Amino acid sequence: MSTLRMNKLQKRYDNGFEAVPGLDLEIHDGEFLVLVGPSGCGKSTVLRMVAGLEDITGGELMIDDVVVNGMGPQQRDIAMVFQSYALYPNMTVADNIAFAMKLRKTDKEEIKTKVAEVAELLELTPVLDRKPGQLSGGQRQRVAMGRAIVRNPKLFLMDEPLSNLDAKLRVQTRAEISKLQRRLGVTTMYVTHDQIEAMTMGDRVAVLRRGVLMQCATPADLYESPENLFVAQFIGSPSMNVVRGSVSCSAEDDIDLTVGSQTISLSGEAAGRLKGLRSYDGRDIAVGIRSEALGGDGTSSIDVTVDLVEMLGSELLVHSTIEAPAVRAIDTGVELSDQRKSSIVASLDPRNQVKVGDRLRLAVDTLRMHAFDLETGEAIGRR
Amino acid sequence: MRLQLVKAAEHGSVVNWPLDQPLSEWSIDGMQKVAGLHRHVVRMVEGEISYVVKEIPDLLAEREWRLLRELAEAGLPTAEVIGVVTGRDDDADGLLITRHLDFSLPYRTLLSGRGLRIPYLGERMLDALAGLLVRLHLAGFYWGDCSLSNTLFRRDANALAAYIIDVETGERHETLSVGQRRLDLQIATENVLGGLLDLQMGGLLADGIDPVETALAIEQSYERLWAELTEVDEFNADETFLVDKRLRRLHDLGFDAAELELVTTVDGSRLRLVPRVVEHGFHAQRLRALTGLEAGENQSRRLLNDISRYRAVLEQRGGRKVPESVAAARWLDERFERALAAIPPEMASKLEPAELYHQVLEHRWFLSERAGGDVGLDETVASYVADVLANAPAEQILTLDDI
Repeated sequence: MSTLRMNKLQKRYDNGFEAVPGLDLEIHDGEFLVLVGPSGCGKSTVLRMVAGLEDITGGELMIDDVVVNGMGPQQRDIAMVFQSYALYPNMTVADNIAFAMKLRKTDKEEIKTKVAEVAELLELTPVLDRKPGQLSGGQRQRVAMGRAIVRNPKLFLMDEPLSNLDAKLRVQTRAEISKLQRRLGVTTMYVTHDQIEAMTMGDRVAVLRRGVLMQCATPADLYESPENLFVAQFIGSPSMNVVRGSVSCSAEDDIDLTVGSQTISLSGEAAGRLKGLRSYDGRDIAVGIRSEALGGDGTSSIDVTVDLVEMLGSELLVHSTIEAPAVRAIDTGVELSDQRKSSIVASLDPRNQVKVGDRLRLAVDTLRMHAFDLETGEAIGRR
Repeated sequence: MRLQLVKAAEHGSVVNWPLDQPLSEWSIDGMQKVAGLHRHVVRMVEGEISYVVKEIPDLLAEREWRLLRELAEAGLPTAEVIGVVTGRDDDADGLLITRHLDFSLPYRTLLSGRGLRIPYLGERMLDALAGLLVRLHLAGFYWGDCSLSNTLFRRDANALAAYIIDVETGERHETLSVGQRRLDLQIATENVLGGLLDLQMGGLLADGIDPVETALAIEQSYERLWAELTEVDEFNADETFLVDKRLRRLHDLGFDAAELELVTTVDGSRLRLVPRVVEHGFHAQRLRALTGLEAGENQSRRLLNDISRYRAVLEQRGGRKVPESVAAARWLDERFERALAAIPPEMASKLEPAELYHQVLEHRWFLSERAGGDVGLDETVASYVADVLANAPAEQILTLDDI
């Protein structure tokens, strides 16, 4: 049972480069927290500071309310999982799991008990006396996991453990890890650049950009309620459609968003969701909508011309052009394209017969629209 | 498909291999399986130049290709990487091609006690491994998976030299933090224990090697060497002879300080000595400079001692001083090459030349002790060939059948 807390955790290198300016983040007891972000965002640096592999240059790292800044990796009682484990062919499964405990001169009976517990958790009890050559691929993987688990660490750390696996094995192993963590209830920090991995595995997901925490929330909240443009576009595949629009508020509670020459009207609940737009009356903003919120049910609509159709089996991705410049989050802030038109993607029912060149009226689910400040990229919402 | 190849003129035969086929299905001349624990498919292609081919995902293959070259450029002991193949059809894994490290001994052979005996084998092995880890860490290289399977050993006089051959988990940094070094050491200790226990359980571990004690001793050996190479010495301003003493200790360990920093304390009464750049191969470089011979560090130390001894003999005979370079040239001609030429060619290839000569010297000592007086080189070589080398296995390339 362990918590991990980072108070203004900082990593500044000798050359002055600040990989992590000051991170505040907490991992609750038993939680599976995923740290995600593009390459170079500092997520591995954070993990390495937690592991004791990087010196902390500022702030505090606490495990169970104890400051561990000065402690080495072993003293922190942390297990780095999925380093490259070899299974030893002449040793039984039980020996493969437990041999490292001989280094700590652990009592034989204690070793036996721990191995039995871990084997039970990993469904390896029936094969404890077998050699690795007699195991299936999945069983061999679980034996490797068992080696980390048997140490009974306070915290598991995993740094892109699936990056070297092929797609099929990645999906399979992802599920195994999630299942196992839930059964063990060990507090876990998992680092990945893959947002699909993050969304499918984490209890909460912390999105980093240039060492700064952009948002930490459940996968559902990140997807439905991104707090800024960066998170909105990083999470979700295909990426959220974001274009420039202008705001016009009526005397009643209705809000009109003009995108190019077209208007999307928000009223009732939809307007209430984006009430903060009232303070942007007459100004330009970034309007965002996910692909699945286009083309289904909706009280408003936009007209587009189809450029490309991609049949994925479970959905049809329709790429079309809209007469509004694209907006995207970049390293230094928000970038507005200098092109008058941009491409948007709608996710339609796979039975749809749409083809390239068609003029299409896409329904807009106004209850699932998003708005962002064009300068700061911050989400404009209910306030 | 993309093949990147170095020294194409020397390794042109690689182009004719079935690079687009799964490695397990290759059937070209000289194909052998490679013994040891492997996570991937690994094969050896034996020939005039022998190669080891490993099938791993493209990303890993590119990474190892880059890291192995960096290690080689940094003068660290590793297998020579020859080529990498990526982008094969149907998302097949890539191929990493390295040159076989001739006269290398996989740990399973070494620790089973086969072949020519190495005294204090367990200690020698852990010293070699600890020494390798120290050298890697000094160069800012974090291994992440130091193990007996990822290391090859070569005889180096009565010691062993260790070579890193698998760098899938490796990372290169400017310098390593204490935490990184400690974690690397912890991984090494656990992996070595696993490797030794596995051999023991398979009935393949030579007597006298305790897996737990040997694994635990790696950390002590590492820390001792690390301290010797990096610790800051402080002494009185009138004790500068201690600088010499420190340098000699470094040399004894096979290292040289390419850069030293001497800093006076504020009141000028004390000096602090900080080794800044420490390089391995002090004796090997001296031997190469004097004779052009390539040899391991301990082999070089041995041969340099023999050159010194021969120089003393020449000076006594001639009644005058003999410059070191002259003595070395005569030693090369009258001792080293003469001894090797007396060994039948089919046996001379069993061991590296420097190792052969070292063993001849060891045998000479043994014969001289027994005889109670010096035994000549010619007699020594004849006895060595008949009594030792004739029964020794060839170690240039060890195949699965040899293990």
